[in-house]
Amino acid sequence: MKRIAIIGATSLIAEQSARLWVREAVALTLVGRELSRLERIAADLRVRSPQSSIVCKVTDFADARAIASFVDDLDAEGGAQDLVLIAHGTLPDQKACEQDLVVAREALAVNGLSPVLFAEAFARRMAEKGQGTIAVIGSVAGDRGRRSNYVYGAAKSLVDRYLEGMRHRFAGTGVRVITIKPGPTDTPMTAHLKGGVKLAAPEDVAAAIVSGVEAGKPVIYAPFKWRIIMAVIRALPTVIFNRLNI
Amino acid sequence: MTTMPVSSWGRLAQPLHHIVALRDATAVPDLLRTGQGAGLAFGMGRSYGDVCLNDGGTLWKTTGLDRFVSFDEQSGLLVCEAGALVRDIQRLVIPRGWILPVTPGTQLITVGGAIANDVHGKNHHVLGSFGDHVKRIRLVRTDGSIIDCGPSEHAEWFAATVGGLGLTGVMTEVQIQLRRTSGPWLDTETIPYAGLDEFFTLADGSESGWEHTVSWIDCLDRSGRGVFMRGNPATRTDIPAPAKVGAGMPVVPPVSLVNGPSLRAFNTLYFNLKKHRAGRQQAHYEPFFYPLDNVPNWNRMYGPKGFFQYQSVVPRDVARDAVQAMLEVVSRSGSGSFLAVLKTFGDRESPGLLSFPRPGATLALDFPNKGEPTHKLFAQLDAIVMEAKGRLYPAKDARMPQAMFQAGYPGLEEFSKFRDAGISSALSRRLMGS
Repeated sequence: MKRIAIIGATSLIAEQSARLWVREAVALTLVGRELSRLERIAADLRVRSPQSSIVCKVTDFADARAIASFVDDLDAEGGAQDLVLIAHGTLPDQKACEQDLVVAREALAVNGLSPVLFAEAFARRMAEKGQGTIAVIGSVAGDRGRRSNYVYGAAKSLVDRYLEGMRHRFAGTGVRVITIKPGPTDTPMTAHLKGGVKLAAPEDVAAAIVSGVEAGKPVIYAPFKWRIIMAVIRALPTVIFNRLNI
Repeated sequence: MTTMPVSSWGRLAQPLHHIVALRDATAVPDLLRTGQGAGLAFGMGRSYGDVCLNDGGTLWKTTGLDRFVSFDEQSGLLVCEAGALVRDIQRLVIPRGWILPVTPGTQLITVGGAIANDVHGKNHHVLGSFGDHVKRIRLVRTDGSIIDCGPSEHAEWFAATVGGLGLTGVMTEVQIQLRRTSGPWLDTETIPYAGLDEFFTLADGSESGWEHTVSWIDCLDRSGRGVFMRGNPATRTDIPAPAKVGAGMPVVPPVSLVNGPSLRAFNTLYFNLKKHRAGRQQAHYEPFFYPLDNVPNWNRMYGPKGFFQYQSVVPRDVARDAVQAMLEVVSRSGSGSFLAVLKTFGDRESPGLLSFPRPGATLALDFPNKGEPTHKLFAQLDAIVMEAKGRLYPAKDARMPQAMFQAGYPGLEEFSKFRDAGISSALSRRLMGS
C-alpha cells in the first residue's frame, strides 16, 4: 500500500485531501497536536475506506530536534513515505505581529520554519531511496509582500524559496517537491475575514492538490485563477503597487 | 465570527446573520454555552421559508460537522455527525448494499436538517418519515448539557427533536438504521392520468405493490391532468459514476421566468413528453429521487423576489374534494408552478410531536412572490386546508397564520416544554411567539 503522511492533519484542506486519497487503499499517518481531534478524523476516514490503514500521531511542531526524531521514528517503522503533505499553519493578526515581536516570531516559526524542517526531515529517507513526493502548503500570500499580511507572507515565501532549492537538489531523481499555493479558502483560519474576495471551497482546493500531486506539478495554484492573479500582482511596478490597497 | 446575508431556498429575503462555523463536535457544548444571544443550527439552507433563518441573530453552521463515526456493514447501523449530507451517505453506503430508508426530493441536505424537519419521501406509505429510522440523537443544549435520546431512551426528548425545527438543541451526532438494498437502480413506471379520481385510484392501487409513489399535477388544468410515477428497488447491481451536474441557473434573472404563458407552455410540454415516454423503465436512484439536484440553483429562476412553496396535507376522507378546490383556486389565479406535486401519505403516525406527515394527501405548489396577490391566493388556500382539518409544512412555510399552525399541530403545547431558551428562529418567533 502507498504510504502517506499528513502533517497538520486537522487542517480542513488536509482533511479534505485525505478523503480523496483514501478512495484507494493506503497506509495513512495523521500527524497533529491533539489526539482526540485526529481520532475523529481517522474514524471518518476508516468508515470511508475500511481497506486502508490509518494511524494518528502527535508531535511537537516547534522543536527541530523533536521533528527530526519524530520523522526518523516514523520512517524507521515502515520505510520512507511515498507521499507527505505538510499542511499546518495559522493566519496571524498582522497588526498584533507589528506590535508584539513575540507574536511575529511565533507566526514566522509556525508558518515558515516548521513546515520546511518537516520537509527536510522527510527528504532524508526519500533521498536514500531515490523516490517520494513532498507537498507543502504555502500560500499566494508568499508571492509578494503586502501591508495587510507580510509576516504571514514572508513565512510562506520562505517555504516557497526553500522548496525551490529542494526541487533543484532533487532534479533528475525520483523525488518530487511540490509547492501548493491556495488562494483564500473558506476554513476556520479565515473565519474572521469579511467580504471582498470569494473564498474557495476547501474540497475544491483539495481536489486541485490531489490531481496536481498526481500529475507531479512543481507548483500548484488552487484554484487555478490565482496563478494569473498573482502573476499580475508580482509584475506590478513598485510605484503602482504601493498605491494599491491590497 | 463573520456577519453576512443569508437566505433560505425560497430567496424571499436576505437578512444579516452572525455565522459561527461548527467543526469540532466535541467543542460544541462549550461553544454554545459561551455564545451570546439566541442562535439556530443551519445546514444547507434547503428549507424554503424562514425555519432555517434567525434574522439579526446567530446561525451555527453545521456543514463542518460532516464526519462519519462508524458504520457496521453487518447490521446497517450508521453513526455520523449531524452535518453529513444525505448525498454523501448514499454514495458511501449504496455500493456496500445499504441505503437510507427515507430521503426527500433533494439529497443536498444535512441529516440534522432531515431530522429537524422530519422529512418524508416517495415511500411514506411503506417506511414512514426520516425520523422513523433514527435510533439515537446527541442533542447539545445551549446551557452546555448533552442529551442522548432515541425511541426508547429519553423518548420524550426524541419526540420533540424529530420534526422539532431545530428548537430543542443542536444535534451533533446521530445514529441511523439503514436498509438493505441490492443496488442503485429502480424499476419504475410512468402513467399519465386525466383527473383526481384516476390519481386516487392509481395511488390506492399502488400502495401494496410499489414502494415509491409520487405524481406531478398540472395546476393550471382544472380537470387535474397529471403524471403518476411509481418505483421499486431493482435487482440490477452495477454502480455507474455519479452524473455530471448540469449548469443550472448561473445568475438571477431580473424577473421571474415563471409566469402565466411560460407556465402553460411548460406544463403542456412536460405532460406530453411524459405521456410519450409512459411505461416501464429502469432508473438510477439519483435522477428518480432527486430530479432537480442536477439543475443547481433552480430556485433562481423565480427572479430577485424569490418564491413560496405551499405544501399542505389534508385527511384522506376529504382529500379529493380539498385538492380539487385548491386546484380550482390556483387555476383561476393563473399563478402556479412547474412543480406541483401530489402524493398520498400512508396510514401511519409520525414520530415527532411536530412532524408534518399524517394520513391523507399532500399537495406542494410553488408560486413566484408577487406580493399582495400571492398572499390573497394563500388566504383562499388556507381556508380550504383549515376547513379540511389539514395543515401546512413548516419546512416550506414563510407566511402561515399563527392560528393555522396551532390548529394544525395539536402537539405544540407539549412541544414547548422542550424548547431551548437559547435557540430561536424567524419561524418560531412568527408562529410560537419566541
